[in-house]
Amino acid sequence: MSKPDQKRDYGFETRMLHAGHVPDAVTGSRAVPIYQTTSYVFDSPQYAAELFDLKQYGNIYTRINNPTTAAFEERIASLEEGAGAVATSSGMAAQLVTMMTLLEPGDEVVASQHLYGGTRTQFVHTFRKLGVTAHFVDPDDFDAWEAAINSKTRALYAETIGNPQGSVVDISRLAVLAESNNCPLIIDNTFATPYLCQPLNHGAHISLHSATKFVGGHGNSIGGVIVESGRFDYSHYPTIANPSPSYHNLRFYDTFGLHGFLMKARVETVRDTGSCLSPFNAFLLIQGLETLSIRMDRHVKNAMAIAKYLEDDPNVEYVAYPGLESSPYHELALRYCPRGPGAVFSFGLRGSDPRAAGRRFIEALTLFSHLANVGDARSLVIHPASTTHQQLSDGELVASGIDPGMIRLSIGLETEEDLLWDLDQALRAI
Amino acid sequence: MGSRSGAACDLTSHSLLTAEQRAIYQAPALVRQTLGSARSVAIVGLSTKRQKASYFVATFLKSRGIKVIPVHPKANRILGERVYPTLKDIPEPVDVVSIFRPSHECPIYAAQAVDIGAKVFWLQLGLFNEEAAMIASAGGLDVIMDLCVKMEYGRYDGTMRFLGMNTGVLTAKKAQIGRISSYQDVDASECSIEV
Repeated sequence: MSKPDQKRDYGFETRMLHAGHVPDAVTGSRAVPIYQTTSYVFDSPQYAAELFDLKQYGNIYTRINNPTTAAFEERIASLEEGAGAVATSSGMAAQLVTMMTLLEPGDEVVASQHLYGGTRTQFVHTFRKLGVTAHFVDPDDFDAWEAAINSKTRALYAETIGNPQGSVVDISRLAVLAESNNCPLIIDNTFATPYLCQPLNHGAHISLHSATKFVGGHGNSIGGVIVESGRFDYSHYPTIANPSPSYHNLRFYDTFGLHGFLMKARVETVRDTGSCLSPFNAFLLIQGLETLSIRMDRHVKNAMAIAKYLEDDPNVEYVAYPGLESSPYHELALRYCPRGPGAVFSFGLRGSDPRAAGRRFIEALTLFSHLANVGDARSLVIHPASTTHQQLSDGELVASGIDPGMIRLSIGLETEEDLLWDLDQALRAI
Repeated sequence: MGSRSGAACDLTSHSLLTAEQRAIYQAPALVRQTLGSARSVAIVGLSTKRQKASYFVATFLKSRGIKVIPVHPKANRILGERVYPTLKDIPEPVDVVSIFRPSHECPIYAAQAVDIGAKVFWLQLGLFNEEAAMIASAGGLDVIMDLCVKMEYGRYDGTMRFLGMNTGVLTAKKAQIGRISSYQDVDASECSIEV
């Protein structure tokens, strides 16, 4: 029997179900209650003053914090072994809040070029309006990363599993490079989820999620979250170390230490941009987290079976899934995602007119939902050349890393044989 | 299927201390017992500036009904409390001596904490000094190092949760209002506090 003062390191599944919520003191509520409220009555005028001064831990206003959202935040922080988390209205908001907390006009970011298209657009166009420049590099080319870093660089950015190439980034190597340049390494861990990869344990400093995807897992709620390790030394990092004019010249790192970045992100950036998560969405995302490991095991099993099947089909040119031994990223996938590299991947259709073949393939599918999302419990499909990128010529498509016959799949939890059957009949129809 | 990682839920993984040192100087039971029973805390290096960490800690402790005794060489009153130039000038009992001074100064304060009969010698987050720890331990004091008084209180009374921080506190027992929360299988009643 273990001694009572000995601290137990609880397993991932236990934390999935229990972290972030102690049964309510008054009602005993076992599930996390939905605190659908905008505001909170203060104990006293003095307490209110101390609360606004951040000298008390307490609820102020749901744009800043909310007990349901806080349970979601602590739970995902526990799963990724971070110091804490800040939830946001979407994954895009998680990125923007992170960058607006870290950066000032004139600063630069170096990012992998294997990014979600929406992220790239945000980094190029919205950042430009804020006076921030992003440089994009081949994530495998460390000389390129180093060459792009200069005295204005304040952050490095990559996705655990990049799309559509299915590239797995070498997180620990990138973290060393980031730290030697006084930059935090930010990893978008959406495709891996905390179950398949824990970037902070590999040296990354900030892990972001579009919780809309596998974290929620049921395609019903938009949300995002920022998890921070608490291990980056911000003492010489201007925005977090210097007195903040937006909070009575508070020096967030000096005062809050390992919580400094997260406090600033919450009480300044989320406060000022209004990009908070709704408590109801937080509740739904918590329901997703409670079954995360079980769902991800099945997502990965189905994805692996389908990737292998497609690889052997004569109508398929290539399959970009890092779980396959043929993938150039297979070794990195084994190191960073030992339980499997997620369930979103692309493959290419063969044929004289691959763009038309892609269209016919989508039309013939009956079980895969044709839409612009990933990470649903249901299987999803999209053909970029006839939807999101339809206005581009074949040459322009290739230049943006997409070929005319490319199909992106997000593999769901349906019966494996049914998914294989649907893909097979659609491949025969093109 | 278990998937425990060795580092899972390690709240002190940000620490300057080794795992063995953490087991001695950051033991959850010691931290909880200290916070649950302290009636007075002398803060060496309490700042007169409202945006400094020590000022946050002092404000927080006062709100929990704990007497704060500032130790500062020049100030007269801080947060309405009478200031003493050194620990040895304090005319009343001190339960906890909390240090907000550079690590290398800590052995002096450890000796003084022993002299005034304090029960716990607590070095704030970021501070570690083994010589000071040995002096305090030899004098019969419990020693806590490299932890924030306010963060630890917020961790165990449950309020740090409100800001989405990872408290590492995990239990299926019902929370208790105004108490340092039950920690795993330790009886919470031994740690009741008044707020």
